[in-house]
Amino acid sequence: MIEYAMNYPDKLIDPLLEHIQMLVITLILSLILASALTIISTYSSVFSKTLVYIFSVVYSIPSLALFALLIPITGLGQTTAIIVLVVYNQYLLLRNFIEGLNEVDSSIVEAATGMGMNKMQLLLKIKVPLSRKAIFTGVRLSVVSTIGIATIAAFINAGGLGSILNDGLRTVNTVKILWGSFLAAGLAIFTNGLLSKVEEKL
Amino acid sequence: MENNIWLQMKDYFNNNMDSFLIAIKEHLEISLIALMIAIIIGIPCGYVCVKFKRLEKQIVSLFQVLRVIPSLAVLLLLIPVMGTGVKSAIIALVLLAMPPVLMNTVVGLKEVPDFMVESAYGIGMTEKQVLWKVQFPLAMPLIFTGIKTAMIEIIASATLAAKIGAGGLGGIIFTGLGLNRTDLLLIGGITVGLLTIATSLLLELINRTMMKYKYVR
Repeated sequence: MIEYAMNYPDKLIDPLLEHIQMLVITLILSLILASALTIISTYSSVFSKTLVYIFSVVYSIPSLALFALLIPITGLGQTTAIIVLVVYNQYLLLRNFIEGLNEVDSSIVEAATGMGMNKMQLLLKIKVPLSRKAIFTGVRLSVVSTIGIATIAAFINAGGLGSILNDGLRTVNTVKILWGSFLAAGLAIFTNGLLSKVEEKL
Repeated sequence: MENNIWLQMKDYFNNNMDSFLIAIKEHLEISLIALMIAIIIGIPCGYVCVKFKRLEKQIVSLFQVLRVIPSLAVLLLLIPVMGTGVKSAIIALVLLAMPPVLMNTVVGLKEVPDFMVESAYGIGMTEKQVLWKVQFPLAMPLIFTGIKTAMIEIIASATLAAKIGAGGLGGIIFTGLGLNRTDLLLIGGITVGLLTIATSLLLELINRTMMKYKYVR
């Protein structure tokens, strides 16, 4: 196994970088979308409930099926993978964002309104700082789930660590399967641990 | 084009109804076996966690770490150990389903008010009776929520099991990917999606009938 890594380091590092790149793009896009949706949903509780319900239904559709359904529309490749990952993340992010914002003590909110803050000021200066822990938990969960689902994206030719697994499986190459699994598992566990540490500091 | 896909799908159902139904049966079989094992291991583990507080952190964090590992990686890691087929798929699915069952059992048992347990002992119940007649019935709603979450995750992820030769609806999707046949992709994808949604509705219904008292207003 070590021999393989010594001989072909680029075959392991390239997919890893690809995986991280996919993760970062997905994270940025889904954070933008989720914040926009959260801001809209602060104005209407009916809207926020329907939104969370819709995304929870989408979330229960298996990723492979969703990838498969999008292929006729957006084709194979990273674009499809990123769209699916962003949609999946919306459920985890929105649920945590909205719940976190709602759990801010109502007396604090009233005091802020009494001081003459408008809705945006209330959101940005009171609610977001007070619920940063719930928000960050949402981000951590979505990062971990993105790493997991992104391995599946290799089946639709999106690259990433899943491609090592795929190649290994097809050529019955145990070394490759092991490296792919270890890297994917390691990346997920490492990121989860790192973000948990940050979360505790908040 | 749309019309064409529609015709292709109709054609598929006309010719391959048997294999379609077998795929659904396999899918449900794998899911149910995995869920059963997860419940059989998860609920006693949850009880142990509540009973011996020292073990709680270790057991919970162990399964938490196992859960974080991408399921595809678990599936493929098991191949060298267990070979391909249903067995490895079920183990991977059990790992996936454990945390929700375990965590909800722990939280459910912990949330039983102390005074109820105490008064149960006070009226002379043995430890076994307290467990079966007071603690578990009161923790049931939360445990059931955990089982529901686990079931949905299992059905969704059982699609991947086809990759290591365990059959199920994932087989149709992988065949569609391999042959570039949109109709197969749609059939597989929509069926799994519908199956997940139907299961979650069914479990919700069971939940409502089992725990009627909760919804009396």
